[in-house]
Amino acid sequence: MSLSLFLISIIFLGFLSFFWGKRKALLLKNTESLHSLPRYYGYYSLAWFAAPSLLIIFLWLLFSESFVTNQVISLLPESIRALSPNEITLRMNDVKNLAAGNLIAGESFIGLEQAAANYNRITKLVQDVAIYSSLVLSLALFIFSYRSISGTLRARNKVEKIISNLLLASATVAIFATAGILLSVLFEAIRFFQIISFDDFLFGLTWSPQMAIREDQVGSSGLFGAIPLFAGTALISLISLTVAVPVGLMTAIYLSEYAPSKVRSYTKPMLEILSGIPTVVYGFFAAITLAPFIRDFGVTIGLDIASESALGVGLVMGIMIIPLVSSLSDDVISAVPQAMRDGSYGLGATKSETIKKVIIPAALPGIVGGILLAASRAIGETMIVVMAAGLSARLSFNPIDAVTTVTVQIVTLLVGDQEFDSPKTLAAFALGLTLFLVTLALNFYALKIVRKYREQYE
Amino acid sequence: MSNTLQETQDISEIVNRGLKKRYRSEFMFRFYGVVSILFAVVFLLVFFSSIISKGYSAFTQGELNMKIYLNEEVIDPDRLRDEEEIRYANFDKLVLDSLKTYFPEVSSRKERKELKSLVSSGTSLRLQSMVLNDYSLIGQEIDIWVRLDSDIDMYLKGNIDVSLDESQRRISDNQVRWVQELQEQNLIRQNFNSTLFTAGDSREPELAGVLGALVGSFFMLIITFIVAFPLGVAAAIYLEEFAPKNRFIDFVEVNINNLAAVPSIIYGLLGLAVFINFFGMPRSAPLVGGLVLALMTFPVIIIASRAALQSVPPSITDAALGVGASKIQTVFDHVFPLALPGMLTGSIIGMARALGESAPLLMIGMVAFVVDVPSSPLDSSAALPVQVYLWADAPERGFVERTSAAILVLLFFLLLMNSTAIWLRNKFETKW
Repeated sequence: MSLSLFLISIIFLGFLSFFWGKRKALLLKNTESLHSLPRYYGYYSLAWFAAPSLLIIFLWLLFSESFVTNQVISLLPESIRALSPNEITLRMNDVKNLAAGNLIAGESFIGLEQAAANYNRITKLVQDVAIYSSLVLSLALFIFSYRSISGTLRARNKVEKIISNLLLASATVAIFATAGILLSVLFEAIRFFQIISFDDFLFGLTWSPQMAIREDQVGSSGLFGAIPLFAGTALISLISLTVAVPVGLMTAIYLSEYAPSKVRSYTKPMLEILSGIPTVVYGFFAAITLAPFIRDFGVTIGLDIASESALGVGLVMGIMIIPLVSSLSDDVISAVPQAMRDGSYGLGATKSETIKKVIIPAALPGIVGGILLAASRAIGETMIVVMAAGLSARLSFNPIDAVTTVTVQIVTLLVGDQEFDSPKTLAAFALGLTLFLVTLALNFYALKIVRKYREQYE
Repeated sequence: MSNTLQETQDISEIVNRGLKKRYRSEFMFRFYGVVSILFAVVFLLVFFSSIISKGYSAFTQGELNMKIYLNEEVIDPDRLRDEEEIRYANFDKLVLDSLKTYFPEVSSRKERKELKSLVSSGTSLRLQSMVLNDYSLIGQEIDIWVRLDSDIDMYLKGNIDVSLDESQRRISDNQVRWVQELQEQNLIRQNFNSTLFTAGDSREPELAGVLGALVGSFFMLIITFIVAFPLGVAAAIYLEEFAPKNRFIDFVEVNINNLAAVPSIIYGLLGLAVFINFFGMPRSAPLVGGLVLALMTFPVIIIASRAALQSVPPSITDAALGVGASKIQTVFDHVFPLALPGMLTGSIIGMARALGESAPLLMIGMVAFVVDVPSSPLDSSAALPVQVYLWADAPERGFVERTSAAILVLLFFLLLMNSTAIWLRNKFETKW
């Protein structure tokens, strides 16, 4: 039975189970009183019918591939099974390619055709087992549930219990996603730290991830000191924050305290446009329009500005973050109670004095939280730096130099061909782990400050 | 008495002395505010005018009128009308012969090469498919408009400085002269560049289009919506309506807030490690891209849906519970339908953000060079923002304007999605 036919029949039978359950309830209604509405009996049988199928399909999707691979490997000739795990993986890729009907380039090994045939045979076998077992189980459970339908069956309560459990399961996806991110990055990072020591990574001053292709090659042992990357990220983020914080804050203050409603109604959507522009577009602008402009400007005033200078990147990134800073500051400024403003005006303070001496100090924790969130955004921003910042890791705090960032290096290391046992590829995950932990800490702390601040004035 | 009056006068004198300075600082403060806003406005203006001025010219493409004699001796000398034979015929020669009728003086090898590269290298392929579709064309002379080579097109659009030395520009003196002669004979026109919307990627700017990327992005958004919307809405309903107050739920909330702020590239690492390496899904496929974007959009949808659920007044819930509906019935039959427009609005805005996202897609290999338009979410494909990234990196001058054009297409779709969201909100929003 093919997979698509199976899916169609499952859906069809699912509908059927619903209507049969409902029909039985409707028939029962003539003789006895029902606990629940008839459709709940339909849902009840549907749930019994669907549960085993869904479960088996889910398990099959998760584990079929790795199960089949392991089986095929165990059937390979002795000589190949004795190879290292990576070699076997390479051979298995050939097997899978051949099994999928693709041509294999280059040399291969004896028993390849046999393995590919095995692969297809076992895949088919596993699929058949999954399909028939789920059909049989589903039907059995449906018959069981159908027979159990009676006037006293508390169908609604049972169905509602299932629904609320499904809702809970959806909510816990958030935990799984976080755990998934952490584990996937952590595992590869641990493999990286088994090759390169933790200290060399975190405190090393040279980053040159090129690895020797041959053992005897000279001068490319691969150095993974991440300090230049951290410095570059910090420099670019700092420049962007020096643009975004004053402008964003002043925009928020002007809009919430001074601007007539007409100005506000034009300016707010404009800021939303600014935040809606994809980062790749900002990156294009930074690389094609702003960078040459800054370089030419540097020539006229006699400065040698790199065409991938941190200055240009930071500027554009700062503009990208303005809406974030502005909307977060707007929230906290409007949360300051009116009574505090009134008190200040009553003492004769001007509007700007009130803002500077009363509102900003009162809103400071919230503003700081907002700035931290903006910083985490700047650190994790990828496309602008990938397109407009430099590639070579250079330890410099000069804004007119080209520096590189953590995210740029992750992209450079992972785009293109990759093998998952070289420290070069694994380094990207170590960088990713660092990035994740830093932004996690910043976000966590920032949200905590903002929440605490809100509670203070509620 | 007189003493206090004296004091009051002293104080008002002090205040008056300071007033001018204070008003000035008040004025300056306001001025800074206006400057900040102007800064953002000016940036937006410069930004859009820069993109539009670079990109608008990509919507037209220079074409040359050619009379091509489909010589049977060249195409099918044996008169067998065998498809394989015709496929390998020398169509390049037909193009060159036709061009030579305009410039019979061309003889040297170098000049022939220059002449041939006046028109797009896709011309012979186009002839090939015309002939394969209709054998009766063989032996006839056809009169068609063919696309000019991108470098010539750039020259026509004024993007190549011909005052430079010949060695420093991409078109030769001969080519400039020929193009000018052809222009005088009205054989060159600028026509709407339909290729931009009907073709996939290509190495040649004049043959490259965004359709492949557009379809890839479309598949991804569909998958994102199918996965993230039900999950996000269900999670929001649970957290807003059913969740007890306990440690576990607090933990879930912390996770959601953090997920919303995790850098997008980290989601790409997750996709690479879990979906591709662990589950063995295909690289560069919209399926994986859609799943990664779904995970990214999930917290956004939860946050928006919770806001929508909160805006439904408690009186609705109370009334439903009062007439004997169960909690689940109340939520699904009464609260949920009222909150749905708000949830959809928030989700569409979240999806618009996902459409513009490219960093995670780089991680899962969607930067591959894909010519074909994908026909299923399992095919290799590009995505619109990634296409922008790829073209921005391409060295040819012709790709600069195409990058800007692709950006304009991307911005158009973002605008479309956001205005749909606003329209939905205005149409279905209930003021309680």
